[in-house]
Amino acid sequence: MNILSYLIRGLATGGQFALVAIGYTMVYGILKLINFAHGELFMVSGILMIYIVADFPMLPIWLAIFLMVVLTVFIGFLIEKFAYSPLRSAPRMSVMISAIGVSYLLQNLVSYVTGGLSKQFPDIPVIGESIRIFGVKDKLTVFLSPVIALVLMVILVWIINHTKFGMSMRAVSKDFETSQLMGIKINRVISITFAIGAFLAATGSILYFAKNTGINHLSGANPGLKAFIAAVVGGIGSVPGAVVGALIIGVVESLAKAFGLADFSDVISFALLIIILVVKPTGIFGEKTTEKV
Amino acid sequence: MWNQNKRTICNLLLVAALILTLVLIELLAPSTSMWFSVLRKVCTFALAAVSMNLLNGFTGLFSLGQAGFMLLGAYTYAILTIPVDMRSNVFRNYGDSLIRFQMPLVPALLLAGLIAAFFAFLIGLPVLRLKSDYLAIATLGFAEIVRGLVQLQNFGPVTNGPDPINMFTAPKNILVYAAISGISILIIVLIINSTYGRAFKAIRDDEIAAEAMGINLAHHKRLSFIISSFFCGIAGAMMAMCNTSVSSVSFTSAMTYQILLVVVIGGIGSISGSIIAAFIFYASSEWWLKFLDLETYTDAGAKIPLLGPGFRMVVFSILIMIIVLFFRQGIMGTREISVYDGILRIKNLFMKKSVKGGVKDE
Amino acid sequence: MSKNVLHVENLTMQFGGVVAVDNLTMDVNEGEIVALIGPNGAGKTTAFNAITGVYEPTNGQVSFAGEKIIENHPQGKMKKLYAGANADMYRHILVKTPDELTKLGMARTFQNIRLFKSMTVFDNVLTAKHLRRTSNIFTATLKLNRKEEAKMRRETEELLKLVDLYDVKDEIATGLPYGKQRKLEIARALATDPKLLLLDEPAAGMNPQETEELTKFIHYIREKFNLTILLIEHHMNLVMDISDRIYVIDFGKEIAEGVPAEIQSNQKVIDAYLGVSEDE
Repeated sequence: MNILSYLIRGLATGGQFALVAIGYTMVYGILKLINFAHGELFMVSGILMIYIVADFPMLPIWLAIFLMVVLTVFIGFLIEKFAYSPLRSAPRMSVMISAIGVSYLLQNLVSYVTGGLSKQFPDIPVIGESIRIFGVKDKLTVFLSPVIALVLMVILVWIINHTKFGMSMRAVSKDFETSQLMGIKINRVISITFAIGAFLAATGSILYFAKNTGINHLSGANPGLKAFIAAVVGGIGSVPGAVVGALIIGVVESLAKAFGLADFSDVISFALLIIILVVKPTGIFGEKTTEKV
Repeated sequence: MWNQNKRTICNLLLVAALILTLVLIELLAPSTSMWFSVLRKVCTFALAAVSMNLLNGFTGLFSLGQAGFMLLGAYTYAILTIPVDMRSNVFRNYGDSLIRFQMPLVPALLLAGLIAAFFAFLIGLPVLRLKSDYLAIATLGFAEIVRGLVQLQNFGPVTNGPDPINMFTAPKNILVYAAISGISILIIVLIINSTYGRAFKAIRDDEIAAEAMGINLAHHKRLSFIISSFFCGIAGAMMAMCNTSVSSVSFTSAMTYQILLVVVIGGIGSISGSIIAAFIFYASSEWWLKFLDLETYTDAGAKIPLLGPGFRMVVFSILIMIIVLFFRQGIMGTREISVYDGILRIKNLFMKKSVKGGVKDE
Repeated sequence: MSKNVLHVENLTMQFGGVVAVDNLTMDVNEGEIVALIGPNGAGKTTAFNAITGVYEPTNGQVSFAGEKIIENHPQGKMKKLYAGANADMYRHILVKTPDELTKLGMARTFQNIRLFKSMTVFDNVLTAKHLRRTSNIFTATLKLNRKEEAKMRRETEELLKLVDLYDVKDEIATGLPYGKQRKLEIARALATDPKLLLLDEPAAGMNPQETEELTKFIHYIREKFNLTILLIEHHMNLVMDISDRIYVIDFGKEIAEGVPAEIQSNQKVIDAYLGVSEDE
């Protein structure tokens, strides 16, 4: 493989991470919560796809995908309702712990259902097929991922900046109480934010697992962590930041592999995280905040 | 002052009773009893939880680097206590171990703590300036970096690369575990009750006010971080002893989360809470709930629904969620167990009744 | 003339393009009670935070008891943006952190009370004794500092008796009524053995009776502890009653300085402040 193909693979992984990273970043922007369960939701949506295809073989694939996305969004919504919304006035640490609890629960639940075994992701037509672009031969999903990530990012940024819902989202992220006083239904805004995050995670999971076919209950942990690093590197709270951060992480890891440092790739990502945190804690696109005395 | 003495005496009695129970279990329980493996694990994770509590509960620093420091402790201890003639066998993939001596248990334990503390000092310099979540992420990242580095082939002659280390000194006696854990926790309690402990709590309660009262934030945060990591390192060494084998794959962030859950269940800011929670957590997940993993049939031959491999952990995580959501204070909140206060409360209960009775009589 | 305790010189604090404190110069001499007043948003609290090391001032210098504690000049981006005066006067950069200043003998209170909320009244004050310790972490853990610990506790008790909080010493600090919380915050600051006490709106949220008690209390502690006091305040009655001298700032700039009587009759001050926004 040449450098170009590594680069394209890196952008692909980056694009898939980006879709997950947006979920982290949006939830953090609104609730100031690191949603540790988001990586697990990503894994759960992959598992759902496997079970839907296996249990309803007569379903056309596009319908199966649609069903899986709807279910993932619903689970994302449920997690928020049951695990986070009761803690609205609790200290931030409690909510973060609740998120850790949810991720523990999802992992154990999936492990129970699958018997802890790795399951084969179904073949997805079109995006699972190999094509050759710029002399690089790979599955279509590899070429498609960064494009889809960028398109969805543009749409999302447009929604946030130009619609009424986006305005209320920005308001809630700036000041919870004031936006409530201004008549914004914050619970609705939060639910929709989680739903969008879950939708993107589901999209990301199709693109990601169509390439890496085996899934078990731990498959969400690593992409989740990477996507999260991406969100922090890009500046947590910023949607374009999450995408840029994810593309950086994807490319860096892929290049590490290209230079024979495959064992090092995790270490490099985490080192990048710590360096960014120390040099510019708010990330590439983050806003600076000061504490009032 | 007199009340204080009575309190101390009562608590000493409680500790004595605990020790006696452990001795009895060690002497009398059949060697196949679950008590042994569970209690070893409880001692280990009680110390891990208490040391995390010192940082998260008493100093207000949300750190998620525990797995990394435990890994450092476990590896240090394991590498140093392999008998010399076993070394070439353990490190067979790398020719031989670079280290050619064996240390006794206690110095190896101390060194395990010191190595973890030293790394805490290094990583603390840049990351302790970060606020809440960012600190949590940075320390989490640090733990993952350590885990990644230890597996590297290049470090093979020291760390045995991705292969597990075994054959090192691993006592079986639960009293050894109780002693290591007990002494360590005692030291942490003494620190918390000292003037430094008050400074830590001040930082937790209000950083800005603490600084205005002359408490050097950087210095005290670093101190707390180093102490906590020291004991984390020792807990890691204990974990190595428990498992009789050390491998970097067990020190994932999931383990840190588990310790955090123990701290939360016990009550953030309560030492006795962490200990009780460690017991309940590991006894139920490894023992009491074990039956949930077995496919069981009723007398009539019908299979009891849901029971099966993995169901135990589902039930267990649901229980944890219930505690996290509805009993946010955990078992103890920020209080500590005090036998004397307990007696006093029961006494008061009766006293109140008799006082009420007296009023009626008049 | 008595000794100078606090000397603030050409202090400027600029956030982006906004000059919050503009070339402020003031002196506080030993034994004085000096007030810094001004309408809302005049830059009082900002000045206070720059003097106590919470903010890094953009330009200027502060000395405490003859020792330079803060000095700065515009750097980096601020060089171009800087809109204040005397940009070339200071060469050094020195910003002591709040804890270092407290060790030197400057203690402060906060506008929005900041007590250690999980601690008892006694522990709040006792914690403030930590900075004068001679023990290290090992001697403290092994209880080799018994004598010192006992002395800290004794002094805390004495202090609580002096400020009349001894009867509530075992209550959780944040459970106290508002007035007592304010008093406790002052007591906690006193426990650090300050020469200069800085009070940030001590009467905020108090009713007239509480304010009067506070006035007496401030006088009392000044005598008892040989204090010099600098305070920021909105409450005109308190300020006029208590202060030896007053500095008035508006839009970050000093507009008047003098004894209370002079300030009360100063037209500039009345225009900026008393005549417009004060209803007392």
